[in-house]
This record gives sequence, C-alpha cells and structure tokens, in this order.
Amino acid sequence: MNIVVLVKQVPDSGAERTLSADFSVDRASSSNVINEMDEYAIEEALKIKEAHGGEVTVLTVGPAGATDSIRKALSMGPDKAVHVQDDALHGSCAVATSKVLAAALRTLSPDLILSGAESTDGRVQVVPHMLAELLGVAALTGARKLTVDGSQLTVERQTDEGYEVVTAATPAIVSVWDTINEPRYPSFKGIMAAKKKPVQALTLGDLGISGDEVGFAGATSQVLEFNKRPARTGGAKVVDEGNGGEQLVSYLASEKFV
Amino acid sequence: MSKVFSRRDLDFLLYEWLDAEALTARERFAEHSRETFDAFLDVSQQIAERDFAPHNRTGDLNEPTFDGETVTIIPEVSRALRVFAESGLIAAGFPAEHGGLQLPHVVQRACFLWFQAANTGTSAYAMLTAGNAHLLLAHGTDEQISRYVHPMLEGRFTGTMCLSEPQAGSSLSDVATKAVRQDDGTYRINGGKMWISGGDHELSENIIHLVLARVEGAPAGVKGLSLFIVPKKRLDTGERNGVVLAGLNHKMGYRGTTNTVLAFDDAIGELVGEEGRGLAYMFHMMNEARIGVGSGAVALGYTGYLHALAYARERLQGRPVGDKDPAAPPVPIVTHPDVRRMLLASKSYVEGGLALVLYAAKLLDEPSPENDLLLDVLTPIVKAWPSQWCRLADDHAIQVHGGYGYTREYPVEQFYRDNRLNSIHEGTDGIQALDLLGRKVTMKGGAGLALLLDRIIATADKTPDLGGPVKKAADRLAATTATLWAGGDAEKALVNATAYLDAAGHLVIAWMWLEQRRAAEGKEGAFYEGKRLAAQYFVTHELPRIGPLLDLLDSGDTLLRDMDDAWLG
Repeated sequence: MNIVVLVKQVPDSGAERTLSADFSVDRASSSNVINEMDEYAIEEALKIKEAHGGEVTVLTVGPAGATDSIRKALSMGPDKAVHVQDDALHGSCAVATSKVLAAALRTLSPDLILSGAESTDGRVQVVPHMLAELLGVAALTGARKLTVDGSQLTVERQTDEGYEVVTAATPAIVSVWDTINEPRYPSFKGIMAAKKKPVQALTLGDLGISGDEVGFAGATSQVLEFNKRPARTGGAKVVDEGNGGEQLVSYLASEKFV
Repeated sequence: MSKVFSRRDLDFLLYEWLDAEALTARERFAEHSRETFDAFLDVSQQIAERDFAPHNRTGDLNEPTFDGETVTIIPEVSRALRVFAESGLIAAGFPAEHGGLQLPHVVQRACFLWFQAANTGTSAYAMLTAGNAHLLLAHGTDEQISRYVHPMLEGRFTGTMCLSEPQAGSSLSDVATKAVRQDDGTYRINGGKMWISGGDHELSENIIHLVLARVEGAPAGVKGLSLFIVPKKRLDTGERNGVVLAGLNHKMGYRGTTNTVLAFDDAIGELVGEEGRGLAYMFHMMNEARIGVGSGAVALGYTGYLHALAYARERLQGRPVGDKDPAAPPVPIVTHPDVRRMLLASKSYVEGGLALVLYAAKLLDEPSPENDLLLDVLTPIVKAWPSQWCRLADDHAIQVHGGYGYTREYPVEQFYRDNRLNSIHEGTDGIQALDLLGRKVTMKGGAGLALLLDRIIATADKTPDLGGPVKKAADRLAATTATLWAGGDAEKALVNATAYLDAAGHLVIAWMWLEQRRAAEGKEGAFYEGKRLAAQYFVTHELPRIGPLLDLLDSGDTLLRDMDDAWLG
C-alpha cells in the first residue's frame, strides 16, 4: 500500500508560543517540533506497512527549518519524504495549504493518506476534509482505530458520545487522534538511516500553483488581532461551615458538570 | 525545565567545551554529525522521562521478591528495558560489524546519564549488559561474540559480572570459586558469588554471567584467576545451567536492581581468553566501568540538585533578615543565603563532576599513549570524587527540602540512598585511594601524574584571574607526592591515601571549573553567569579544603598505622 503521511512542523505546545507581527506563527523564537498528532499518523502508517507491505512517504509543506521535523519523522521509519517549500507560502490559510497539499499528493498517487486530526497551532481540523474534496476521495476523520482489509478501510470514528464505525475504499484520507496507538521512538539505527533517505524538494512552480493563490495574497481568512489567554485567576475558595457539600454541588451544577 | 537532567549543560559541555563535533573527523565516527548526536540525546531524554522516571519510586517501594522459584519485578522495568533495547542504545557505541553505530563514548555517556538520573535501578540492567558485552567483544572468540554478545546488544540477553564472594570483595586475590577443566573443553564451575547485580530475574531470555574462578591447580593470588562465561540457561538445550539463586540482598537504595547471592553448582562454563588472565580482562574494562559509576553518581547528584533548586524557588518561608514586618509576604527560600550556599555548592559538585565524566569519556574516543595514560591516572578520581561529592549534593537536596526532604513524599531521599552505593561498588573509595596513590601516580616513573599536572597548569596559566590558586595547588600536590614516596616505604606512603585522593580530586575538579569558565568566556546570559559563578565558588570556597589535607600528608603522620584497634573501644 502506498501511504502518504502529512507531517506539519509546529511550535512546541509545551513551551511559550506567540505570533509574529504579521500574525503568522512565530517560528523563530519557538522550539519547533512535529505536530504531536502527526506522530500517531506516522505510527499508524508504519504499522500498516509492517502488516501489509508498501511504502510510507512523509509530506510536509513548510519553511526550510521544517527539515528537522522531516528527518525526525523519517527516523521513526518512513521510506522517503517530500518537502514543499516556497517563500510565497508564508501566511497561507487552510484552503491554500490544502491546495498545495492536494497538488503534491496528486504527484504521489497514494492509496491512503494519513494525518493527525488537528495541529496544535491552528487546531481547525479542516485540512483532511478539504483534501478529500479536492482529491475526490473519502474522508474518514477522527479515527481511534483503523483496520485495513485489502482496499477496504474501516475506522472507528471518535465522537464526544462514543464512536461511529465508518468504512470506505481506498484511495482515502484518514485523520487520527492520539487514542489510536502509541508512537514508537526513533531508534538509533533509524536516526542514522534517516540521514540517507531521499527528501524530494518541490516548489509551487513544480506543482503548477502560482504565488498569488497562496500566502497572505491568496488567503481566504484573515487574522485581525490576537490576545494572550488571560492569566489564571485565584479561583473560588469554599469554606466548609456545615454547608460545604451544598456549595460543592451548586458549583458543579453551575459549571454544568451535574 | 526537566528535573531529571540538564540538556543545556550537556550541550554546553559537549559542543562549547569538548568540541564533540570535531570527533566526526575521525574515520570511526565519520557517519556521525551534530545532527545525529542531538537526535540521540533527544530520544534518550524522551525515553528516560517517559519510560524510566515514572517508575523510579515504584521500583524503590516494591523491591524485587523471590518466592524460591522466580524473581518478581514490577512490570514497568521490563517494559522500560524493552523500549531501551529497541532504541538500540546498548549497541550504539559498538563497532558497525557487530550491529553497532560507532557512537563516540562521550555522546553515549551523555545519553546514558539521562537514564541513570531518571531511574538508576532500572538502567543498571542495561549498563551491566553493556559492560559484559564490551568485555567479551575485547577478549572473546568470534563464536563467543556471536553467541553471547549479539543477543545482548539486541536486548534479548542481559549480563552480569560475578567477581565478589562472601569472603572476597575488595580483595579479589582471595576468590575461591573453582573451575575444573573437562574433556570437551568446557569447565565445571563450583562456588558462591556475592553482590551480583542483575544475577537473576525474568527480564531477558537468558542471563550471561561472567565469573571469576580459579582453575584446579592454579596458583594462589590474582594470577590464578580465570574468567568464564556461564549462562543461566544452556544455549544448546535451553535447560537451566547449574546457577542457583541462593537469595536476594535487601539494600538501602538501588532497590530496583536485583542484587543476588548466587551458588554455582557444577555449572558449565566457557573460558574467556587464556587461563590465569581473568582479572586482567576484568581490569581492561574497569576504566569504563568506573567511569560508569562516577557517571551514575553525577546523574543522581544532578537530579537531586535540580529538584532542590525547583523546590527552593517555589517554597515560601521566612523573610529577609532585615525585614522586621511580620505581615510582609514570605519569600522563596532560594533567597536565603544558607540555602544559596547549599545550592551553589551542589551546582559546583554536579556540574564539575559531569565535566570530569565527559572529559574522561572523550579520552576513550581519542586513544593515544598520552590520553590512555591520563585516563589511567584520572580513573580513580572519576569514580570516587562524584561518589562522595555528588552524594553530598543529594544530602544538600534533602536539607533544602527540610522535613519534607526526609519523607518519602519527595524523591530526594531516594536519590541519596541510591547514590550511597557508588562509594562502595566497583572498588570502594578506599580502594580508589590506594589505586591512585599506590599505583597510578607512581607508574611509568610518575609520568601520568606529571601529565595530569601539566594539563592543569596549562589551563591555570590561561585563566589569569582564577588560575593562580589552582596552579599553586598543582605544584603542592607534586611536591607532596614526591615527599610521600621519597622513602620508598609503601606502607608509610599509603597510610593517608584517602586524604591524598580527596586533595587530588578537588584539584582536578577545580581544573574542570577553569575549563568551563574558559568555555563560557565572553558569553552573556544567566547560564554563563552561572558557570562563572560556580567556577569562582569552587576555587575560592572549595579548593582551599586541600591545604590541610596536604599538610597532613606532608607531615608524614602515621597515626592510622600506629594505633591499636583495641583503643577504638
């Protein structure tokens, strides 16, 4: 099976993050890592390859610095990578990014596209759906389990209430949550091997996309302002003067926990 | 910030001081780059923090048990070791033809430190296995390497070192385990071994014991000792070999590692190398094993320090001495001078010890007659100094936590207990002192000591503001050494060997601080200020400790020889 995993480099969600003056993600002052959910997608791709054979390709759209994350992804075990890099991409919205990804995916003709269900920077969860639309393939999103039987894919789709079982034939795109597996660590051998794995560089020109379709110029949405999350407040202190239980229950009720 | 270990400090020492990247110019390390070193360090930190640290306390509270049949260990250990083996770290330093990655020692050491700091009990199984595999790689036959070393590097087998016996610990010349040669070339091993870490468990398919024993008819003393491979299970039939677990030792710390009394009852053993060379083979590996112990002591001291520092910044207690207002808010205890004293002292011990361990490891990567000689002299210090002083950092960590530090609610008491072992195993501090003064500084006409002091003085000369006292101390150590050996009377020269080890250790660490100070030269920011501060602290507050020690040595005092033990009461 020809599997492509979408891997996005994001600022480490465990560290301080901010936006640049143009409201794009500030990469320079943050520590950049593989989007956490994408590691689960990589693991799932590797497991499918181990069980059914095939090839795993990492596809990344991002600036030059994203190479670090590509090498890290490759050190987990994928066979090769494609890196779409073009200065004109700076400031691209989800629609434009999907266009670029779709164009790159057409060159790779995958049977299965795997991605994280969301990225920790944007958190909009729309790219897998947009890709399905652009490529005319099925979207099985939010998977907590994926079973491959020949060309038939069965997914347990995680919802707030439980899960839905959905199926589709390949080619399809499956986005995964962190409940699906436990990603492996890169092995030391994998780290050495990753140095020699091919990384194909593509520009917008290679994909037949013009600069004004992407970046700030082609953006369909605009960030007008951003604010830091307000600092945590001290919270309410409940003193038990015989009615602590009642106070606790009314607090839980006010927060709609009960 | 991680409380397990400091990646920032490792990066500083590896790249800004030791120039580990330059090692990649050597053919052996040519496949490597800063990128691969960093990736290895990243993965080590990840595995150590996610798979080793979380069960550190669990392993301490639930030490291995033995029901007469099987040793039971908490399941987290086996899981962690599987992840460790799958990462390939055990094999990373080995040559490519044995499935290794030819990773420089200094980088592998830095990776191992994460595990030793996160969970010394669990990581010990892997360290022991790596040591065993290294020995067999150096002295085993090709067949032995493929039968025993390769499965160890794959993580399927684990290894032990069986040296001590109930009556023979520091004095291995008294080892009494017997080996009898058989017609088929194998040996039958009979005897009892004591303090065997990892001696029995169900964590691996097989346990490969390396056993020191005396072949029937061999002379008394160390020259009669040979080394044998004795697997727990026979490789040909899979049946149990004659290795019986007589019991588990219940220890103060390091409780995650089984420590065993083993009985060898007609066990089938294979000779390693030649008869009578057993101890020499063991000692060949001793430099690395002792760096490993020093490194473990640094790791535990370092993590204790990081915990104490974080606590001191959070814990609000008291007010500045000059503040008379009882309604003023309490301040973090890190602002109190006495707490700062403990933290700064600890910083100087653990970062100084870390520098020494990495310096020694890098000498292994750049073998030359000079570097080999320098490593020989440094080894007893690398082993003993962190064992004492980084343990003191754990002691300070308890003190900084106050009453809380003395409880099991906080991890620092465990670090202290775990670290206590390092002054005992792989040659006690007392043995290291005898090794340094009795052997290392006198060998080759004192060339090793001269080389060490030359290096120290060269650094001191290049560090004008702090180098003076260090140079003076180096000159004094040279003079004291000459005085001690002037009469050629070993008994008299060695009577205060521990004072000598303490003095030499502090001098070497002062040198390590000058080196770090130089590497931080002209660089701005709190990290580099911290390096300059600790260098200054060590030279001004710690180095003067060696004056009275050298005075005692110079005086020729023989009180410890002349006294009568009856007077001890």
